[in-house]
Amino acid sequence: MEQEQKSSASAPQDEPIIQVRNLETYYGTRKILHDVNFNVAKGEIFVILGGSGSGKSTLLRHIIGLLNPSKGSICLFGQETTELGEEEWDALRRRMGVLYQGGALFNSMTVGDNVALPLREFTDLPEATIGIQVRMKLGQVDLAGFEDLKPDQLSGGMKKRAGLARAMAMDPEVLFFDEPSAGLDPIAGAGLDDLILKLRETFGMTIVVVTHEMESVKKIADRVIMLFKGHVAAVGPLDEVMQNQDPMVQQFFERRPDEEKLDPKEYLEYLTAGGNREL
Amino acid sequence: MPQLQESLAALGRVAIGAAESARSSVDLAKEIFYWMFVAPWRRIRSNIRWESVVEQGVRVGWDAIVIVFVINLFVGMISALQSASLLRQFGQLLLVANAVALSMTRELGPLLTAIIVSGRSGSAFTAEIGSMKMAEEVDALTTMGLNPVRFLMVPRVLSMMIAVPVLTLIADFTGIFGGWLVAVTIVDLGSWQYIRHTMDAIDMGDVMRGLTKSVVFAFLIAMTGCYLGIKVEGGAEGVGRSTTNSVVVSIFLIIFANLIFTAFFYAIE
Repeated sequence: MEQEQKSSASAPQDEPIIQVRNLETYYGTRKILHDVNFNVAKGEIFVILGGSGSGKSTLLRHIIGLLNPSKGSICLFGQETTELGEEEWDALRRRMGVLYQGGALFNSMTVGDNVALPLREFTDLPEATIGIQVRMKLGQVDLAGFEDLKPDQLSGGMKKRAGLARAMAMDPEVLFFDEPSAGLDPIAGAGLDDLILKLRETFGMTIVVVTHEMESVKKIADRVIMLFKGHVAAVGPLDEVMQNQDPMVQQFFERRPDEEKLDPKEYLEYLTAGGNREL
Repeated sequence: MPQLQESLAALGRVAIGAAESARSSVDLAKEIFYWMFVAPWRRIRSNIRWESVVEQGVRVGWDAIVIVFVINLFVGMISALQSASLLRQFGQLLLVANAVALSMTRELGPLLTAIIVSGRSGSAFTAEIGSMKMAEEVDALTTMGLNPVRFLMVPRVLSMMIAVPVLTLIADFTGIFGGWLVAVTIVDLGSWQYIRHTMDAIDMGDVMRGLTKSVVFAFLIAMTGCYLGIKVEGGAEGVGRSTTNSVVVSIFLIIFANLIFTAFFYAIE
């Protein structure tokens, strides 16, 4: 049924919405991303996959313009973003929405005001129309009637859905999700996955998801890029990547822990020697 | 010798860190001025968020009136008692009014108000902005195309620069009122005599001098609060550390700026 839903979705078209070329980045002298290359086509659900510390969140921050790469190129809607000025970036950002891990709702505002914020800032719509838009967006994420609550009155899953309603307020062409299932129970996580599929199905949005939740990846992904310690371990359609024989890729998909490479006896000697001898 | 090298290296690191902080706070100040005075006329949809200025102004100004009133009333009373015990020895008891009026309008009113506001609101700015940064709310603003400096900092800086001078005026009057209260009840000076001496002692220049200082103090408090808030790192502990630093740094900057002002006014007198 899930596969059916995925395949019945509007088929990804060829025109890439995002193009990343030879991306490299450093934190100080430490290299975080090594020569990352991939495209995201219009209408596809693209998943950035990898373990903790693999550089997937850093990659997302580069794409959405929160970090500048040390080297390489990122094209968003055909525009080279590494050379954009602040005003051009702001115009570009109105074509995209981002859902952060915790929802990132503004706690001083009600849920309704959170969703209305971009509409009030970037449009001249009258308040009555904004009110209708807010109710519609909240309805799309199954939060109709919650507009007068404050974010701290919502559960984790509801906060994320409210954050999603805000991200969709300006009808973006591309939506970015940072760890959408993190901190949610399996039912709420699965509900969010369904919502992602529904959004692509209904609005034909391009969706980029950063996650390490394998169940979620299998359910929603058209194509994936898998990062391992900042290197691209695999990129392509989900089925192909799952068949990839690279041991790191296989280990990730099979959820196997790192193999014990040490002889326990040797390791004990190493520890008792205070780390003074080589392993 | 290696100890000396280590000490010099540590000193160098501190100096580089301080220079880096100074440079980035000047950059932030430039950005705040841009969004306050340039962008509203040059860029579309870059107007100042006045409703937020009012909201912050209520917190910074209105909510601080009682504490500013009480503290300055007590300080005015203390000044009157201290100067009375000294001036009585010279038979110049009436000069108590001059001493209280001048010290309150020139120094104590602006200084005490700034210190109260830095403890109440400067630290709150750091905690609010720092918590928002930790919860990715600042990133969310950026990716929505809303500049965090315009959205979060300009209303805070403006509200501070409006509220602190008003609070300073209140501080001046309550300090003088505190002095009058002591003078007529404890020191046995005539009420009208005290008021006349107060009016003779100060002129608009003294009040304006204090108000000029208060505007600069307000800017320093707001800048420090916002800068340390946006630089927060290290979760809840980092927010706590930056909030404490916000109070310490703003009080240091207030006192230092006051020294510069006092030296400047002394020189031009």
